[in-house]
Amino acid sequence: MIELARRAVECAVAASCSDAEAYASEDAGREVRAHGGEVESLTAATRRGVGVRAWVGRRVGYAYGTDLSEAGIRALAARVAEAARIADEDEFAAPPGLPVRLPADMGGTSATEPVAALELSDPTIGEWPVERVADLALAIERATLEADPRVAGVEQAVYADSAERIAIVSSTGIEAEYERTSCHGYTQALAEGEGARETGLGFGLGRGPAALDPGEIGREAAARAAAMIGAGKPASRNCPVVLDATVAASFVALVGRALGADAVQRGRSPFIGLAGETVADEALVIHDDGLDPEGSASSPVDGEGTPRRRLALVEGGTLRTFLYDTYTGRRAGTASTASAGRGGYRSQPSVAASNLVVATGRLDLEGLLAEAGDGVLVTDVAGLHSGVNPVTGVFSVGASGLAIRGGEAGEPLREFTIASDLVSMLRAVRAAGSTPRWVPFGGSVRTPPLLIGEMTVAGS
Amino acid sequence: MSELIESEVAERVLRRALAGGGEFAEVFCERAAGLTLAIDESRIESVQSGASAGAGVRVLSGGTTYFAHVDGLDPGDLERAAAEAAAALHARSAEPRPLEALAVAPQPIELRPAEVPAERKAELLRELDARGRAAGPEVSELMASYAEVRREVAIANSDGLLTGDDRTRVRIGAQAVARRGGEVQTGSETLGGHRGFELLEDDPAAIAEVAAGKALTLLEAGPAPAGSMPVVIGGGFGGVLFHEMTGHGLEADHVQKGASVYAGKLGAQVAQPLLTAYDDGCMPGEWGSDSVDDEGTPTRKTMVIEGGVLASFLYDRLTAGHDGVASTGNGRRESFRHLPVPRMTNTYIAPGDAEPEAMIAEVEKGFYAASFAGGQVDPATGDFVFGVSEGYLIEGGRVTRPCRGATLIGNCLEALLAIDAVGRDFEMKTGVCGKAGQKVPVGTGQGHVRVRAMTVGGTEV
Repeated sequence: MIELARRAVECAVAASCSDAEAYASEDAGREVRAHGGEVESLTAATRRGVGVRAWVGRRVGYAYGTDLSEAGIRALAARVAEAARIADEDEFAAPPGLPVRLPADMGGTSATEPVAALELSDPTIGEWPVERVADLALAIERATLEADPRVAGVEQAVYADSAERIAIVSSTGIEAEYERTSCHGYTQALAEGEGARETGLGFGLGRGPAALDPGEIGREAAARAAAMIGAGKPASRNCPVVLDATVAASFVALVGRALGADAVQRGRSPFIGLAGETVADEALVIHDDGLDPEGSASSPVDGEGTPRRRLALVEGGTLRTFLYDTYTGRRAGTASTASAGRGGYRSQPSVAASNLVVATGRLDLEGLLAEAGDGVLVTDVAGLHSGVNPVTGVFSVGASGLAIRGGEAGEPLREFTIASDLVSMLRAVRAAGSTPRWVPFGGSVRTPPLLIGEMTVAGS
Repeated sequence: MSELIESEVAERVLRRALAGGGEFAEVFCERAAGLTLAIDESRIESVQSGASAGAGVRVLSGGTTYFAHVDGLDPGDLERAAAEAAAALHARSAEPRPLEALAVAPQPIELRPAEVPAERKAELLRELDARGRAAGPEVSELMASYAEVRREVAIANSDGLLTGDDRTRVRIGAQAVARRGGEVQTGSETLGGHRGFELLEDDPAAIAEVAAGKALTLLEAGPAPAGSMPVVIGGGFGGVLFHEMTGHGLEADHVQKGASVYAGKLGAQVAQPLLTAYDDGCMPGEWGSDSVDDEGTPTRKTMVIEGGVLASFLYDRLTAGHDGVASTGNGRRESFRHLPVPRMTNTYIAPGDAEPEAMIAEVEKGFYAASFAGGQVDPATGDFVFGVSEGYLIEGGRVTRPCRGATLIGNCLEALLAIDAVGRDFEMKTGVCGKAGQKVPVGTGQGHVRVRAMTVGGTEV
């Protein structure tokens, strides 16, 4: 991979770009879908490609391709040079240079040497033949059906894994290469009762298949679906709301997106002007941690080769920093926070959180419900991509969950919305729970359930 | 037939795919090239050029689909994919039928985007920027984007089909931000089609003005109401309501797994007699159109609801075989890296006979959802949610003040039955639909539609 990335950089420079950076990746992955006690589909895939970002003076362009022959790389270099020429000049557009200040715990290595030693690969993936991972998908489906008599079916049970190798090289001297594996399993249970059908999702993730517990995944899906049987609508009102870990994670991911410096610099974040200000209750502490060994977004370097780190975003109620890549850092006169994200070789780097980690509190879920008194426990949300205005942070999203009565979980509720705005919600956090979990929805987030003092619930 | 794959190579690949047995094998080849660029802060940026080529091979055997995909279209790449797909199969080999080419005329493209100088595309974005900003001094930001893609596909299968398609799509979008004091609002608009650069002949920059106009209007917005009330849905992208609410539940894979509220309801009255709806994958030039679907089945117009009666589900090959019917040409995939699944193409509620003004005049107190940001449904329960991007109160039969941050929520069986008026106006809009991790271009359409009662999720309790 690193040779390919080097060659792509050389060709772009030869095509009269002043600087270039290449991101090359290859991955092998499998996916098994089970349904009705049989394997519905079995996919084996290999992917290889390279993306090149290149500068012509203060203009920058991007091109990617899957033709990795010498002719293909040359054609790609010509395309990226052309793309850069179409762009307008931008005084802050420049290639990432060598990081000058590295965190002390990395011993001041330069990016041309190996950075943090992170174990992100589980070699056992390769030792599990396809028959064995197919059995795992089937076991997830079986566990879902057996977990509760009200489960009438399973929409699907899925196992998927991937092993990837990524190399980043720039004409300014950056060279990084790493490997990473990941796998996940999930299932969607269908429960029936009181003349209606309910669905529930169960999931697990890890670096290798041994990290997945099919029984646990199945039981979660079954419990979520069965819990919703007989659900009614809550009365419309303002009240305390407890977000379970999966729902809290979705909102934390939205907060992470709004803290990207690109959104802030372009006037499109609800957090503009709030750096150093009180934005949350002290109960809420959020870190961006690109080095957590368990995090699915962990990597030794970010999408443009800057060594990853652990960064306080919200602490002591204060917004400590925005997330910067090299471009937004240069524009703000500050260093990159190693927050250049990559959606693969087909997308140019852009500011993104790595793993968002929410600090745990003292109360378990029952304790949070007791603290809430009367309100709503939200266990699922829908419509996040259309119900949240990223510029203003105002949101109204579909929700389902359980009533909270007298400090305990009560009857199931569906077909209602919860509404607020992101900053008001952070300020209204009253407590973080004691039981965190990794959630992969909309980003990589580790969070416990959260108690929000007040939100608007709209139902009947 | 297609320069992507020669007939002899296709036959060899299919034979290799069936070497370990199986009832059906297919090779899907694709070459895609695209260009996107954007303007932000009045500066052309994010210029990106992409090129990819690859193939996916699937083998069906005893209820299981074996699928493998590779980058590259060399005969060696294709045979590697076939071998990988067949790796878990160890029965006696099966013989593919001789290939017979099915010639299909692609949608006509007048001006290939790749032949238009890049400067012209940058210039277009500058026009959008200027038009949007000229809408008013309170327009503080304007973002606009241009995207073109050409996807050539070839499909060969062991039933003897060899066909292909050549698809060119162009889409532009504009998003405006307006500010007044501490109030911030956004508005957006898109224009797209299965067409070439000719799509942009007729005043494309008008979309920036429309986007800015929405943001400016919303500066006057108050909080959205919360509770159940009559709702009038606007035309065009309002059709996303039907897409989410009903369309997904008609996709045969959901139906066959019992994960659709419409399972077992063919022939049942699911809407008032005034409602008729279609999925039409061959509308000329529309965003969701193709000549053949991604399994090589010619696209067609399928009536899904006829006078309120559920008339048809939407099928790909696999689900059609399961129900003993013909594919409706809805087997679509995001790329060669994905398996085809039943997907909508252009889905719309046919025009009715109501005047939009009269539909609103009959509402004493309600909500007017002029446009949506998007929506989501759980087909198994029928629960849906829509984010309203442009909404207003209806008071005394008139549209009054705009509302911010509203969501519509409900259950599709009830909401579809509650549609009590369909307007005579009609418009199609473009969308990108996500399902099973795959995104495909879809068209949505309708005139104004009124729902007797629906929950509006605002903040004003």
